[in-house]
Amino acid sequence: MFLSMNWISDFVDLSGLDKMKLISQFSLSTAEVENEIFFKGSDIEGIVVAEIKSVEDHPESKKLHLLKVDAGDGTLTDVVCGAPNVKVGMKTAFAKVGARIGDITIAPRPLAGYPSHGMCCSEKEIGISDNHEGIMEILEDVPNGTDIKDVYAIDDIIFEVDNKSLTNRPDLWGHYGIAREFAALAGRPLKPLDVVDLEQYNNLPKIDMKIEDPLCQRYSCLQVENITRNVSPVNMRIRLFYCGMRGINLLADLTNYLMLEMGQPMHAFDSRKVEKLRIKRFDKPFTFKTLDEVERNIDENTLMICNDNTPVAIAGIMGGLDSEIVEDTTTLTLESATFDAVSIRKSTVRLAHRTDASMRYEKCLDPELTVPAIARFVKLLTDIDSGVKVVSSLTDEYAFKYDNINIDFNKAFVDRYAGIDISKETIVKTLEALGFGVKLNGDDFKVTVPSWRATKDVTMKADIIEEITRIYGYDNFDIHTADAPLYPIRAAQEKTDEDRIKDILVKRFSLHELHSYIWAYHDEYKELGIEIEPNIKLVNATNPNIEIIRNSVVPTQLCQVKYNTGWAADFGVFEIGRTVNGMTEDNLCKENKKLAITLFSKTKSIQQLYLELRDILAVMTDDIKHRELTFAPANATHSYEHPKNLNTIFCDGKELGRIGIVHPTISKKIDKKAAIVFAEIDVKDFAAITNASIKYQEPSRFPEMEIDVSFVSEKYAPIGDAIKAASCELIKSVSVVDTYVDENGKSITVRMVFSDPERTLTKEEVMAVVDSIIADLDSKGISLKK
Amino acid sequence: MSEKTTQMKQEFLAKLENVADMAALDALRVEYLGKNGLITGLLKEMKNLSVEEKKTFGQEVNILKNEATDAITTKIEEMKKAEIEKEISSMPDIDITAPANLDRGSYHPITLVQRECEEIFRSMGFHIEDYSEIVTDYECFEALNIPKHHPARDMQDTYYLENGQLLKSHTSAAQNAIYKKYRDALINDGVPIKAIFPGRCFRNEATDANHENTFFQMEGVMVDKNISISNLIFFMKTMLSEVFKKDVKVRLRPGFFPFVEPGFELDINCLICGGEGCPSCKHSGWLELCPCGMIHPEVLKAGGIDPEEYTGFAFGLGLTRLVMMRYGVKDIRDLNSGSLKTLSQFTDDK
Repeated sequence: MFLSMNWISDFVDLSGLDKMKLISQFSLSTAEVENEIFFKGSDIEGIVVAEIKSVEDHPESKKLHLLKVDAGDGTLTDVVCGAPNVKVGMKTAFAKVGARIGDITIAPRPLAGYPSHGMCCSEKEIGISDNHEGIMEILEDVPNGTDIKDVYAIDDIIFEVDNKSLTNRPDLWGHYGIAREFAALAGRPLKPLDVVDLEQYNNLPKIDMKIEDPLCQRYSCLQVENITRNVSPVNMRIRLFYCGMRGINLLADLTNYLMLEMGQPMHAFDSRKVEKLRIKRFDKPFTFKTLDEVERNIDENTLMICNDNTPVAIAGIMGGLDSEIVEDTTTLTLESATFDAVSIRKSTVRLAHRTDASMRYEKCLDPELTVPAIARFVKLLTDIDSGVKVVSSLTDEYAFKYDNINIDFNKAFVDRYAGIDISKETIVKTLEALGFGVKLNGDDFKVTVPSWRATKDVTMKADIIEEITRIYGYDNFDIHTADAPLYPIRAAQEKTDEDRIKDILVKRFSLHELHSYIWAYHDEYKELGIEIEPNIKLVNATNPNIEIIRNSVVPTQLCQVKYNTGWAADFGVFEIGRTVNGMTEDNLCKENKKLAITLFSKTKSIQQLYLELRDILAVMTDDIKHRELTFAPANATHSYEHPKNLNTIFCDGKELGRIGIVHPTISKKIDKKAAIVFAEIDVKDFAAITNASIKYQEPSRFPEMEIDVSFVSEKYAPIGDAIKAASCELIKSVSVVDTYVDENGKSITVRMVFSDPERTLTKEEVMAVVDSIIADLDSKGISLKK
Repeated sequence: MSEKTTQMKQEFLAKLENVADMAALDALRVEYLGKNGLITGLLKEMKNLSVEEKKTFGQEVNILKNEATDAITTKIEEMKKAEIEKEISSMPDIDITAPANLDRGSYHPITLVQRECEEIFRSMGFHIEDYSEIVTDYECFEALNIPKHHPARDMQDTYYLENGQLLKSHTSAAQNAIYKKYRDALINDGVPIKAIFPGRCFRNEATDANHENTFFQMEGVMVDKNISISNLIFFMKTMLSEVFKKDVKVRLRPGFFPFVEPGFELDINCLICGGEGCPSCKHSGWLELCPCGMIHPEVLKAGGIDPEEYTGFAFGLGLTRLVMMRYGVKDIRDLNSGSLKTLSQFTDDK
């Protein structure tokens, strides 16, 4: 919303004050002012009123005229002018030689062979409207040579307030409310609005009007006739233009002017079309043509202004085309009303049509405004057009009244909340300047909230604190730390584990952390051949590609892997992300936090990569929990899982997740040759596993014995589990030295390290253990390599 | 010296001179000094000599033996030295300027900035909370004094799920749970509630370089007896100075958020121009950074805390925005792109 300093100054005397400083104070205390401030009129200089004394056609141009103008300096000036509306006796805005318009300084120059000593200006050229059809016509009776700025209020400071920062302040949607803030900030009094006394019309007939729907809170109206002027005064047009509105005609301009001044939207109907005003909703939808000539669909929830049963306006949003003021209108009915804010907001959403009026109604306007707005309207109208006659008494139905709000608090409350000492005098002065009624008794305040703040904005003590502190100025606060007792803060296990998982994966295994979205990517899954598994859906996703919430991080991660296949021959990525897996008894989502890891390699075998991922998980678990993982073969249940080598991961007897190879159809779509393996574990379950901690063992002082044994097995056999099963206390560690698979089966060389803390082991006893392991493995189809 | 020993000595020295390697040297040693070596052989010839001659000849042979042994030892040392020198000279020049192999993993930049913030808050005695991404309407709105049809619900276009739950549109959705979690300690033991909650938020809006439907925020709350606006400003200034690692200026403007009263928009002096005015801050010298305010009494009540007895402040930091500011990320969508070209650059940054 654009605001005019001139307009504000109508209501509060700001003379002698730094306006720019006031504006920035307003920004810090009331609502955000946009950075760009417009100094209207500063770009023109030396434009005067001049009268056209003679007009001759230019001999060599059809468009141009040769004028002699009287610019009040005692001589006539020759001017060549191209405007179509030049005529003798007309007064216009004239830029003399030496005058400045923007960056141009007017100099004498020949135009099509004839000398021109100045320029007649259009309204657009002086920046007071967008009219450039002809030169400006000055109707005011002022001497020639008068500076145009002395005739019209062209110099003004215009600033813009972000509408969003006014959402909770219905009182700030007009200049009068803004002026109240400036008055409070400047410590100067706010002038009352100049209005007519509407009681003088009490003997006139009432208008036939009835509110038939609770969505209309108040409806006030008045009939006026004998309006002879059609064009608004220039100063009014300038203000409207500076504030972003176009001048239309006197009545339209006046309703707009009133709205920008008091924040109260108004509407003027042709009285012939609203003989029986009714405010109501209809049972069935219908179409309705608004005055912008758009046919709109109206449903049964939209409040309408009607002439009996014929709709004439969409309440609070826009008038209808058929009831508009037309040329032969003699009597008009002026509407000033308040409607239910939520209803207006919903209607604008349904109609997809937001207007200056609806924007204000949405904010919960003060119903007390309707009558003063009419009184002000009549005052402005009769000032402009003295022949105007009011022909009805004020007809006013006040259906919904907000409660009066009284708030009690004491000085200690303000001190505690603000944290600084604000004097009682300052509190009283501030609240009174903002229109609050204040009674102070000792340290106790009794405050009455003014009607324009009582529609939703100020309801409780904390709101009063805001009023006091914002005008006091947050920049003026003495700031200090809170005085709070000291207590230890323990980090949550899950958080600690999460941080460590990330560190291990990044620092030790050079994996990359990615973030993917919480939903299944329909198109990308389809492209890779990943089946979208049914899961809870979004109901209002604007994009059908993201409708279903994911039940696993693996598929979204695979989509990201696909995106990166060209980045490197080998890489690994991980994410700790959320999934939904089923619903609770209360029909709430079971949300889980999953760690997903995918390894991609164009250089390693699938076996290598798979075991590498196994080792990553094993190291992670050993480092964080000091525990081992165990695995159990699982059946593939998801489209992206390879049916073989899918394993469930366990730790401390609890299931954590799974590790597997990506199904070849999907794997090949990601990359024809690469090996791709994945694992997913539940982070909450992982965090719940207790840390087995480090178990220190005194190192043996006696030598260790290393024995390497090579085994072969024709088919798959879990050698690791077999060695573990045959384990004895003397074995300190088992590691794989070498593995390979050929046509004869799988060959593996393991190194076993033996030691005893008490003595040197003999070769015989070690070999006895080794032999028993060999015998045990032999029975499981794993034989010693010969 | 006898002719024989002199001759042998000359022969030995001549051969020693020509020895090429350790093996030849060892063979030479065996040839002359071995059990059946030539020098030892000389002693065998002594049996035909007189006692006097034996004595003289024996001494001569011993001298020869010692000289030969010393010569071999010297030769060994020379050869070892030569070998080391050969090894040194044969060492190739290694190009230390060749590009280093920086194979290392990376954190998501959100993790980096989030950890940094967490560290700051932990040092000030704040709990670090975690919360779900899917929340109820109550948590996201009702408990935050945002009743149905409140215009504030328009401001946040929320993703709703089939069961009526929603993807949380702001981290404030965790406030109610945090109050309930810590209120007993507050009320019974006087432990102030101090917690931050970093989390992922969702808004149902079209995406472009500046808008994402999925982004991170960090909520912070502090509740105790006598927490004031003055404390809030002090705290925000201290915290933001830590975050930006320099003394920042803050200013508060009134801001409307239903869950705080008074509510503020907090600006900091532009970090690029220092407040002079530059294109980054649209020549205002200030950057709008985070909404904050005194927790609304209704919000405290919903969390089971009596607003007559306790007050508190809350703030929201845009973690995603901080990441973009810190690293100069121009397109917000890069953060969720999964692109390793982009994201692998974010190694540790403490």
